[in-house]
Amino acid sequence: MSAALLEVRNLSKRFAGSVALESVDLDVNPGELVALLGPTGAGKTTLLRCIAGLEQPEQGSIRLAGRDALELSPAERDVAFVFQNFSLYPSKTVRANLEFPLRSPRSGASAERIAERVTWAARLLHIEALLDRPARRLSGGEMQRVAIGRAIVREPVLFLMDEPLTNLDAKLREELRFELRALARGLNAPVLWATHDALEALAMADRVVALDKGRVLQSGAPGDVYARPASPAVARLLGWPPVNVIPVRKLDGHWTAADGTRVAPAPAGAPDAATLGIRAENLALAGGPAPTEVEVVELTGPAQVAVLHWAGIRAHALAPRTLELRPGTRVAPRVAPEHVITWTRVSDTLSPGKGV
Amino acid sequence: MTFLGLQRLEKRWPDGTHAVRGIDLDVAEGELVVLLGPSGCGKTTTLRMVAGLELPSSGRVRLGDEDVTDRPPSQRDVGFVFQFYALYPHMTVAENIAFPLECAGVARRERDAAVLRVAERLDLLPLLARRPRALSGGDQQRVGLARAMVRKPRLWLMDEPLGSLDAARRADMCELIRVQQLADRVTTIYVTHDQEEAMRLADRIVVMSAGEIVQAASPKDVYDRPASLFVARFVGSPGMNLIEGRVSESEFQPAGGGAAIPLPPKMLALPHDMRALLRGGPVVLGARPEHVRLDPSGPLRGRIVLEADAGPWRHVHVEGPWGRAVAVTTAKVGAWAGEEARLAFDPLGIRLFDATSGRSVA
Repeated sequence: MSAALLEVRNLSKRFAGSVALESVDLDVNPGELVALLGPTGAGKTTLLRCIAGLEQPEQGSIRLAGRDALELSPAERDVAFVFQNFSLYPSKTVRANLEFPLRSPRSGASAERIAERVTWAARLLHIEALLDRPARRLSGGEMQRVAIGRAIVREPVLFLMDEPLTNLDAKLREELRFELRALARGLNAPVLWATHDALEALAMADRVVALDKGRVLQSGAPGDVYARPASPAVARLLGWPPVNVIPVRKLDGHWTAADGTRVAPAPAGAPDAATLGIRAENLALAGGPAPTEVEVVELTGPAQVAVLHWAGIRAHALAPRTLELRPGTRVAPRVAPEHVITWTRVSDTLSPGKGV
Repeated sequence: MTFLGLQRLEKRWPDGTHAVRGIDLDVAEGELVVLLGPSGCGKTTTLRMVAGLELPSSGRVRLGDEDVTDRPPSQRDVGFVFQFYALYPHMTVAENIAFPLECAGVARRERDAAVLRVAERLDLLPLLARRPRALSGGDQQRVGLARAMVRKPRLWLMDEPLGSLDAARRADMCELIRVQQLADRVTTIYVTHDQEEAMRLADRIVVMSAGEIVQAASPKDVYDRPASLFVARFVGSPGMNLIEGRVSESEFQPAGGGAAIPLPPKMLALPHDMRALLRGGPVVLGARPEHVRLDPSGPLRGRIVLEADAGPWRHVHVEGPWGRAVAVTTAKVGAWAGEEARLAFDPLGIRLFDATSGRSVA
């Protein structure tokens, strides 16, 4: 018997014949911050909307705080939803915007209680100084905080957030990314939030659920998903620099790429073909058997990324800034065998020759 | 050799607001220059003046050895990439890519050669005969990029072309733009508010704020030696750690308390007036997160408020009476929120700013 607060089982949903969700299983436990990581069109929003009661699934079950959620109206489910396109009442003050959800007849909160909740939310979100300002005079980041604040003044059993940071300026997103976790720690209910930003998910979540084409590909602690992506499809969701994904065949005891590059020794008893994953930070640039040239060098703050044609793909290697690299620099990529991720049963289709 | 030159370029709107305040910029042939800044900094207005879509209030735009300030866009031979538009569904991939050349009246043979060249570079050769409908979303984006960049105009102008894409796709496309640009070496001006994109793409980053250029330098220099507190904060993810205090003979004393941070000898060898400036007023010490480390004998004491692994990096946020700082390492150090910690600084990574003007002094 699991103590999960949210239990989604075998959930499927179609729109006009195309699959939006297929047999999705998902748990959210009390106190957890769970990231739903997937590209645009993966089904993240549909899943959140099914949980909130804004969409009806064709099949499957949703249990929420011990109750069958599919029997409940959206209001009865008692979840809070933060939408990607947040909208505030522009002429009302921040305080009035925050009070709004508590002033509905259903809420029945006393004036004292409302003031208490608004103060609490404002403090948590660092918007106390803005309370008497009209919403239209806020910056984008401030507006998004108020939008989150409006969701948290109630005390729902679960928070659902649909890409809450996506519409913000890059710099603001970076700042709020770290605040999101501090915020989740201060709430009394777990948070399930959808994002396409791997860094956001890996940095902030207690657990990452990788979703693509309506299916859950993997669920686990960020460190585990990062270290051991279950399939090439998950590896491709893990952000930039990308994991190098190389289709190989076993030849003379070595995993050999289509262009003949010997990537790594194949263990005894390995099947004839596999797909290898090598994270950019594990691809060294010297000592390997197949020399090549650097095509592009990209700076990423503390390090640099060399892009090179190697093993039949456009490969990426994370290198220290001290290494002198420019387009045309000769390198000999090498990977230590212990850093090779091997997928022998490929659960998604790979188109060979593509590195990204 | 200057290929594109902006001289005292200004744009004032009819209501008197100053969008661009007299900027000077020389761009070399084949260079990729990124105009980087927050919304409203004047970067897009500058691009539009280069394009001819906006007439400057004063100043000149020179392209090659011609003054093009008053010429319409059609007479400047510039290529625009605003975003990668939807493909024509009834055309094959090859026909889609060839379309801009066809419109420009390029001969068949030349067109085919150009399409093959671009397709090979972007790994599209196996897809040339297909129709867009049969492609994955990522493949469609690459075809869109190939079509947008198949011509070789004198100048490419790109205004946030990746803005509408999600994170993973943006990262891929950013790289392919650079691959394509390096291969053809068409001079390019690229506008974005995303510093990561700027760092990855640029030969040179031009950081703009309030209609002015605050720094124009290689990504390495902008990152390592930001010209002002604004650049220090804006570039880098997270931005540079900044701690307020004062400088004594050979040390930095944080204003909020904590032991003094020793300064590297090269800083103490600064010209006399610089040292006088530093000794006088309030100073901000800057250090990139990778130049800050947890060290039990470090000068700054505080409490860990947040720790997070982001891909290969581990971020540890520490707060103390002196402020807040982030240390980034690749090591899986065991440091947890709530614990006490001390921070030390790599002397070579230390920068100093005049707190009053915000300008870098060392």
